[in-house]
Amino acid sequence: MAAHLSSGRVNLNILREAARKELRVFLDKCAGSKAIVWDEYLTGPFGLIAQYSLLKEHEVEKMFTLKSGRVPPADVKNVIFFVRPRLELMDIIVDNVFSEDKLHSSRDFHILFVPRRSLLCEQRLKEQGVLGSFVNIEEYILDLIPCDSDLLSMEYESAFRECYLENDQTSLYHTAKGLINLQALYGTIPQIYGKGECARHVANMMLRMKREFAGSQNQILPVFDSLLLLDRNVDLLTPLATQLTYEGLIDEIYGITNGYVKLPPEKFAEKKQGEGSKDLLTERKKLQLNSAEELYAEIRDKNFNAVGAALSKKAKIISAAFEERHNAKTVVEIKQFVSQLPHMQAARSSLANHTSIAELIKEITTSEAFFDNLTVEQEFMTGIDTDKVNTYIEDRIAQKEKLTKILRLMCMQSVCNNGLKQKVLDYYKREIFQAYGYEHMLTLNNLEKMGLFKPQTSSRNNYPTIRKTLKLWMEDANEQNPNDISYVYSGYAPLSIRLTQLLARPGWRSIEEVLKMLPGPHFEERQQLPGGLHKKRHQGENRTTLVFFLGGVTYAEIAALRFLSQMEDGGMEYVIATTKLINGTSWIGSLMDHPASKAP
Amino acid sequence: MKSNTDDEEFWTRSRLGAFDFGPEDEVKESRQAVNQISHMVELNNDDDMQKFSWSGDPVGSISWSVRETELSSQSTEKGVADTPSIIKSNSGYSLTSLFKGKAKGGLPEKNFLSFSDVLDDSPARLHTAEIRNPKFEYKDFTSDWSPEESSRRLQQGKAVPLEKFRSLRDKLSLLDSAISTNDGNVITAVLIHLKRTLSREVLFRELASRPTALRHFIQYLNETGEQKVLLQLLGALGRTEEAALLQYKEHLSITDDNKRRDFLKSCLRLPFSAEDSAHVEDHFTLLERQLMIQATDRQAECGGKLPKRASVLNMPLIATLAYCCFNHYSKPEGNFSSPLNIRQTFKITEKQYFMTALAARAEMKAWPDVDALFNSRKWLGLTRKKPPLSFQRVVDILQKNSAPTQVLQDYVAMVEDAELRISLAQKHNCHDIVINMYRDQKDRQQMIRYRGKVGRGSAEERKIDELLNNMQIRWKN
Repeated sequence: MAAHLSSGRVNLNILREAARKELRVFLDKCAGSKAIVWDEYLTGPFGLIAQYSLLKEHEVEKMFTLKSGRVPPADVKNVIFFVRPRLELMDIIVDNVFSEDKLHSSRDFHILFVPRRSLLCEQRLKEQGVLGSFVNIEEYILDLIPCDSDLLSMEYESAFRECYLENDQTSLYHTAKGLINLQALYGTIPQIYGKGECARHVANMMLRMKREFAGSQNQILPVFDSLLLLDRNVDLLTPLATQLTYEGLIDEIYGITNGYVKLPPEKFAEKKQGEGSKDLLTERKKLQLNSAEELYAEIRDKNFNAVGAALSKKAKIISAAFEERHNAKTVVEIKQFVSQLPHMQAARSSLANHTSIAELIKEITTSEAFFDNLTVEQEFMTGIDTDKVNTYIEDRIAQKEKLTKILRLMCMQSVCNNGLKQKVLDYYKREIFQAYGYEHMLTLNNLEKMGLFKPQTSSRNNYPTIRKTLKLWMEDANEQNPNDISYVYSGYAPLSIRLTQLLARPGWRSIEEVLKMLPGPHFEERQQLPGGLHKKRHQGENRTTLVFFLGGVTYAEIAALRFLSQMEDGGMEYVIATTKLINGTSWIGSLMDHPASKAP
Repeated sequence: MKSNTDDEEFWTRSRLGAFDFGPEDEVKESRQAVNQISHMVELNNDDDMQKFSWSGDPVGSISWSVRETELSSQSTEKGVADTPSIIKSNSGYSLTSLFKGKAKGGLPEKNFLSFSDVLDDSPARLHTAEIRNPKFEYKDFTSDWSPEESSRRLQQGKAVPLEKFRSLRDKLSLLDSAISTNDGNVITAVLIHLKRTLSREVLFRELASRPTALRHFIQYLNETGEQKVLLQLLGALGRTEEAALLQYKEHLSITDDNKRRDFLKSCLRLPFSAEDSAHVEDHFTLLERQLMIQATDRQAECGGKLPKRASVLNMPLIATLAYCCFNHYSKPEGNFSSPLNIRQTFKITEKQYFMTALAARAEMKAWPDVDALFNSRKWLGLTRKKPPLSFQRVVDILQKNSAPTQVLQDYVAMVEDAELRISLAQKHNCHDIVINMYRDQKDRQQMIRYRGKVGRGSAEERKIDELLNNMQIRWKN
């Protein structure tokens, strides 16, 4: 199931296998038959590590979702709670334990905290008098989950909000721990670069932890040449822009969670013969998206406008392959054709799925609303009329557009203008409060604290300088045969990726001035390698950089990095890590203060 | 804030060229090919890619299994019943592995082993918590650990008797060593101990000089819902605006509307920034007003004077204005339900008021009211005034509320830009306008073409014929 993880530059399957091994070790500690009670949120991330078969091999016979009341009856020796360290979940567990004891006193209870145990939670269990009921309380360190052959995510949704809004650095501590664990598997990373307050903090913690374990020398030949830590708040602009790659648009429109997307079923109903499936069609179609699927790997990072051509090219190849059957005359030839059939059918099915998705997306991208929105975005990013109230935004408010969409545009205007004039800011705020409710004061306050929607503090707007120096806007972006990363936003080159690109060549010294305009310090650290572990580089061999986005990364940014990896004269390959895969809507949503968005 | 010309300009100007589909539609080509292949070969759908259960989860995945076992224990009360057979899930494995030319089930066993070999010696093991039995460990605390040792033990998930740190100095050095681990978990554990054993005054004072610990303490109070302590803390730190907002946030969890109003009223005296303070006051005034409107309307509903409506409570201001435009449009300005009164009280901009009233009255099909919005009373009598938004938007709003053509054409005619006017008139079938414009432009060709678009034998067709046959008109083509 995970063969694709080892197909990249760095074999990320090692990480997955390590995680699976930990899981087996823990399961075997609870000897005998087991039932697992799941914090539902965790089933997604765990799905990237293991399937049910692995659990079953270790005598997991039943699985339930965590909820109040008693754990459903199951004739097992152990009941194990797989939970995030959250107080509200502890209260449910307490309730479970109390309801349980009277009925089955013979079952053993265990807790597995993911990704870390929490003394606060244990304290809660102790106060409620149930701490003693647990035989094992353990943690399962699921920091960096391999999502694809070049992509790791902590799936830590609230990381950005915690770090930048609430100043809570827990996620940074986990990041540092995760990186230390990664180094244990892939060798010490000799060079660390970074930009931003959080990046600095993570690097400091890493170096410190490394010193504390100085006794145990890491004898693994380093796989990564360097690590680049980037704060999300160094580049607030990029996530606000609408992603225009295939994968980016799927995420913008339908949302990808833990590698799966749910799609409206109509387009996928090509043949469900005889199942009388009218009502079944209302269920959303769930599809897994990763590089294990050849066609998807080929098209996901393309600008959507180049996807049609790729699909139709593929269609011709597959049609031709099926036509081959007419040429198969001898028994051997027919046999060979038949042996190819499963492969061909898989390819056809993959083509059918992506054709359907492309059709769904195209309906949206060709709509007037999408185009108008994109036009305004592009005007802002090129610096047109960013200093006055925008009629389009005003108009969308009047038409009760979804608030997150409005906020995305307003924040983008503010970022591209380095803050808004007080008069403009006040006007927008009034409009929002009157049309959507005064309670959004809290959200707008958050956005202001983040620097996303703020008053202009100096009269100097340095965005144009940043744009020009880093070449953030490319007039002639080539969507079909890209020659620059700006193709992922049809003109806008993501700032974060430009910084990455410039670090590799010619180095950050060339952009000192701009780096100073962006928030937080930039730095470089070296980690000593034990003798004999220095890589002997072959001529022309590419270097490998791990880029870690603290606070989230978008699919379009990932596409841009993959594009750089594939550049012939690039000399650098990238592996990407992040606290969470985000898009503008999920990101702004995480900063909102509203009862609806406060769900666990 | 923006003039009308800006508005028109926005809608008519050309757009940036990027992200535009070319003339040929390749997605369509691909669709045709897919459909063709389906015809070519009788395909067995069961072999498609991965199997999915009706819940949408792939067969064999964890989330699928959770649902399966839950269902099976529901159906068989005792729950000993069959767990989903793994043979079933094997058959559901993806064909993608075939695609890659590898065997089912991912990696061969041999590779497993080699990874494990690497892992056993790797320092990763150091970070994994040791197995322990809390039943046992929570009893025996005899050792005398230093602050550093205590922090380290906490970090490793081992029990530590914090009670032995008695003096303030000891407690603070424990806190400082916890801070230097950077581990929020450890810091929080120590803070819980300090909170229990120190006076608030002392604790707050010490936290003020330890920003990291302070952040974790605030986080802890947030998580445990100790609002009161948190407010005290923010007050002691002089972060009054933050405290005010935090307190205001409470209103979100109050469900009773009268209590919520009273709570908002009590918020008015909090030390908000001047700007926020005005918003909170508006929020309170709005809810108070909504409660008044609601009370009278419910009475009227019971008396049969008003049809039953959705509750106006907790609606945003503009939605409240729309509600009043629907139900109380003709009330005198002095009445608290009157739209004009709402507009006055909350200083709603002319544009917002105009759009809301226009949409509401159009939806009610109250065309005289719509018309009246465009009139202003001067001492000489009624005059036509320029609306605060473009006529194109006016037409748009009216059309969305299904205004008939006779109404629409009055407003289409007001659009200044000739090109825009004619395209709108065509879009909304305002034939008269189109015909008159072609006549004025003396554009015979366009007129002939447009003849095909009007109904056969209709009055419009006759009018076109009349014009085309009119020898007095000197057509330009």
